[in-house]
Amino acid sequence: MRQFTDWQITTLLLDAAVWTVVLSLIAFVGGALLGLVVTVMRVSGKKPLERLSAGFIAAVQSIPLLMLIFLCFFGPAVVGVEISPWVAAATALILFAAAFLAEIWRSSIQAVPRGQWEAGKALGLRFLQVFRDIVAPQALRLAVPPTVGFSVQVVKGTALTSIIGFVELTKAGTMLNNVTFRPFFVFAVVALVYFALCYPLSYASRLLERRLASR
Amino acid sequence: MPHVPGTQETAVKLVGVNKWYGKFQVLRNLNLSVARGERIVVCGPSGSGKSTMIRCINGLEEHQEGRILVDGTELTDDGKIGDAIRREVGMVFQHFNLFPHLTILENCTLAPMKVRGLSKAEAEEVAMHYLTRVRIPDQAGKYPGALSGGQQQRVAIARALCMKPKIMLFDEPTSALDPEMVKEVLDTMVGLAGDGMTMLCVTHEMGFARQVADRVIFMDKGEIVEEAPPAEFFDNPKNERSRQFLAQILH
Ligand SMILES: Nc1ncnc2c1ncn2[C@@H]1O[C@H](COP(=O)(O)OP(=O)(O)OP(=O)(O)O)[C@@H](O)[C@H]1O
Ligand SMILES: [Mg+2]
Repeated sequence: MRQFTDWQITTLLLDAAVWTVVLSLIAFVGGALLGLVVTVMRVSGKKPLERLSAGFIAAVQSIPLLMLIFLCFFGPAVVGVEISPWVAAATALILFAAAFLAEIWRSSIQAVPRGQWEAGKALGLRFLQVFRDIVAPQALRLAVPPTVGFSVQVVKGTALTSIIGFVELTKAGTMLNNVTFRPFFVFAVVALVYFALCYPLSYASRLLERRLASR
Repeated sequence: MPHVPGTQETAVKLVGVNKWYGKFQVLRNLNLSVARGERIVVCGPSGSGKSTMIRCINGLEEHQEGRILVDGTELTDDGKIGDAIRREVGMVFQHFNLFPHLTILENCTLAPMKVRGLSKAEAEEVAMHYLTRVRIPDQAGKYPGALSGGQQQRVAIARALCMKPKIMLFDEPTSALDPEMVKEVLDTMVGLAGDGMTMLCVTHEMGFARQVADRVIFMDKGEIVEEAPPAEFFDNPKNERSRQFLAQILH
C-alpha cells in the first residue's frame, strides 16, 4: 500500500476528471450533430428515412448504455479490428446522445403547429428551408431546457466507460481506491466532482426553462 | 408548342381528380377549368372537400387520380415541380399561419429572399409596397402576436403577394375573424380582384361572392354539384342540395 495525502488523491482525481469533461464534450457535440441528422430524417415525411431513424432511436433507447459500450468495444474485434477504449467509449456515447437528443428534438419540432410547415411550403420554400428558417427556430425555444438537462445524463454516462478501461474520473477513483484502501474518501471526492460538473447544468436547464416560459 | 410560363390562358385545370383518405373518398371526379384572371368562389357544407380541393391545387395534399395543371404545368409527386408551382401560387389560410418568431416585415421578406433570391433591400421594398396596399405599413416592425386577427390576415395576404404569385388561393380567410374585422379583409380581397388576380376562394361570404366572383362552385360530399355565375347561383339554384345549403346559410 502506497501513502497518498488527501490532496494528492484529490489532484489525481481532478486530472482524471479532465477526461470525463473531454469525453462528455465529444459525446455531446458528436451526439448533437448526429442527432440533428436523425431528427431531420425523423420529421422528413419520407417513410424510409422515418423508419430508419425511428429504428435507430428505438434500438439505442432500449439497450442499457453499458451494453452499447460493450458492443462498441467488443464488436469491432469480431471482424478483426482492434479498437481503443477511447474510440469505443466516444462512439457509444455519441450514439447514446444522438438517439436521446433526436427524440427530444422531434417532440419539440412536433409541438410547432403544422400550419407553420404548410405556410412555409405554400410560399415555395423547400423542405430544408422551411425546417431551418421557420420550424427549427420555434422548436429551439422548446428544446433548449431538456437538451441542457440531458447533458447531465451524458456526463454521468461517461462513468460507465471505466468498465472497458478508459481512464476517466470513475476509473481513476477505482484505481486509487485499490492502492489507498480508502474507498469512502476516494469515492466521496469522485461524487463531489461529478456534482460540481452536473449541478450547474441542471441548474441552467431549470433557469432556461423558467426564462423561456415567461416570455 | 413549348410551354412558356405565364402565357397559358388556363390558370388552373382539374381533370377527373379523385382523392381518398384511406377508404374514404374526399374528392370525386373533379373537373374544373379556371381562366387567367377569373375569380372563383367555392362554397359547400362542412366536410364537402373544399379545403382539400384548394390544398391539392398547390400540392399541400396529394391527389391519387386525375390531373391537376397549374399554369400549364402538371402537378406530379416530383417535389421539385411542387416547389416550382407553389412559388407561383399564393395561399391564405383560415388561421393566418404567420411566423410568430419573425417580424411582420421578416414574414414578408423571407420567401422572396430565399426563393426568388432578392436582396434584403429589394425584398423589403417589395414588402413595404404590399404592406402599404393592405394598409398596415406602420406595423412592419412588430411581431404577429401584437396584431389583431384582421391585421394578421392582411399581413398574410401581403406575405403571399410578395412572391408575385399568378394565382391566389384563399381557404376561408375570414371565418376565424371577429365580425368587425371581416370587412377589412374582404375589402383587401376585393381590391386584389380589381387588379385582375386569378383567385380561388373558399368562403361563405355571399356579399363578397356576389361582388367579385365570376363563378360560384358548390361542392357537396366531394363533388362539384353546381357551377354558375353568382347571381344565378344565389337567386336561382338549380340543384336541390345547393338550395338546401343556401337556405341554411341565408336562414
Ligand atoms: N388528413 C385527413 N385525414 C383523414 N380525413 C380527412 C383529412 N383531412 C380532411 N379529412 C376529411 O375529408 C373531408 C373533407 O375535408 P375538408 O377539410 O376538405 O372539408 P371542407 O369542405 O373544407 O370543410 P370545412 O367547411 O369544415 O372546412 C372531411 O370529411 C374531413 O373529415
Ligand atoms: Mg375547410
